Amino acid sequence: MNRILSIVERHTHHGSRKPHSTTMAMTRKGKQFSWRRKHLIGLRDLTAEEILYILDTAKGFEQISTRSVKKAPPLRGKVVVNLFFEDSTRTRTSFGLAASRLSADVVEFTKKSSAVSKGETLLDTARNLEAMGVDIVVIRHNAAGAPKLLSRSINACVINAGDGFCEHPTQALLDVYTIRQMRGSLEGLKIAIVGDISHSRVARSDMWAMTKLGAEVTLVGPPTLMPAEASRLPVKVSYSLDEVIEHVDVVNMLRIQFERLGGNPFPSIREYSRYFGLTVERMQRAKPDILVMHPGPINRGLEIESEVADGKNSVILDQVRNGLAVRMAVLFLVNQAAAQTPL
Amino acid sequence: MKVILDAEQIDKSLLGLTEEIADRALQSGDPVIIGVRSRGEILAQRLAGRLSERLGRPVHCGTLDITLYRDDLNAPHSSGHPLVQTTEIGFDIDDKTVILVDDVLYTGRSVRAALSALIDLGRPKAIRLAVLVERGGREFPIQADYIGYRAEVGPGQVVQVNLIESDGKDEVVVE
Repeated sequence: MNRILSIVERHTHHGSRKPHSTTMAMTRKGKQFSWRRKHLIGLRDLTAEEILYILDTAKGFEQISTRSVKKAPPLRGKVVVNLFFEDSTRTRTSFGLAASRLSADVVEFTKKSSAVSKGETLLDTARNLEAMGVDIVVIRHNAAGAPKLLSRSINACVINAGDGFCEHPTQALLDVYTIRQMRGSLEGLKIAIVGDISHSRVARSDMWAMTKLGAEVTLVGPPTLMPAEASRLPVKVSYSLDEVIEHVDVVNMLRIQFERLGGNPFPSIREYSRYFGLTVERMQRAKPDILVMHPGPINRGLEIESEVADGKNSVILDQVRNGLAVRMAVLFLVNQAAAQTPL
Repeated sequence: MKVILDAEQIDKSLLGLTEEIADRALQSGDPVIIGVRSRGEILAQRLAGRLSERLGRPVHCGTLDITLYRDDLNAPHSSGHPLVQTTEIGFDIDDKTVILVDDVLYTGRSVRAALSALIDLGRPKAIRLAVLVERGGREFPIQADYIGYRAEVGPGQVVQVNLIESDGKDEVVVE
């Protein structure tokens, strides 16, 4: 827990920085930008220019999934390992599929089926995988900072697929990709992230990506699920969805993560739903073209009503589709950076 | 730096290409035009415009991005990081005669990449290659079917095609 807190602390130092996406976006056209990172650990470290570069690259990968041969060759002969110490279906499948579509070989590695259950440490596991010639490690771990630690210890590229309550960069990238696809730009948009903020790495990565690209972010949730440092972040905080819903262009509904909730953060599921659920009634007060997002998996009827999740404002399945393109872009870019970095 | 084609000569070369392609099209059915990003894309659009005027009917035109198919992606000293861009082909290429358009035919490696990219999109009846400038230096067994201009340049020299749409001026220079 101490480690988690210290990472959250470090976030706050950057919190006061103003996003400067307009000027960055303008300089992009002038000079040749070159991607140089062989790891993707978090969006807090990335500039707006780098984030936009990933999003622009992802556009070129979108059509691979729609044509007759759903495969392109840039990672041919490369090995990608999905190193998941926490359960995941969507992210793991998405990374696996993204890697296969780029012609990489994919090795699945889960905690249950591995020597980790026999007591092997993270670094030993990773070094063993590396000795077998793995080129890219996609890691999900319940300890914040695990991907960073890994990136310092091995030569392979490391992509963070979620660490503790710290970051889930590719989820945030697909979120901003989807918003950009629908609205052209994030500049000046008002975005609410609603739910269990304190246990959400998605909320943290979203916040970095969205503010860097010029959006105004409001975190919404009960005080018991709002992180203590929220007031020091470059965001607004609200404890009432009703106050916020009429003003926002995008609402991102987080899943209530029962597996992470300790104690009694709210009196009952029904009460949470009444105050923070995205209902048909609340949607009637929202802007007609509001985008409804959810990182999945959905608890229907809890944080979001079925009619809203399946409604015309919902871009939830676009998010999943775009996730593939974004992950292909990230795999491609880190591999390119590694190819051009002399070891 | 030496100008080998000025705007007027480029125009003439394109006219020659259009005529040749149109003549052949009368025998083998309507072709579709696909340009390789980025100069090939512009040339393809110009060719498709002229061809549709010449044939009196619309000619499909698309753009192919070959970045993912390049053979130097994992080479340590390749020329920087190319930005992956979109392939925009809004029509079916199955059973069509595809005229692949590029600005310069040199080593043949881009054309090899373009051929691989194309056959992942469908199964054309035939693929023909049209280039504005052909020069020596082939590294692959590839040749063009339609050539706008044959340039005599040495191995160390660079042929640069500049076009109004991308460079503000129509001109082919040797450096």
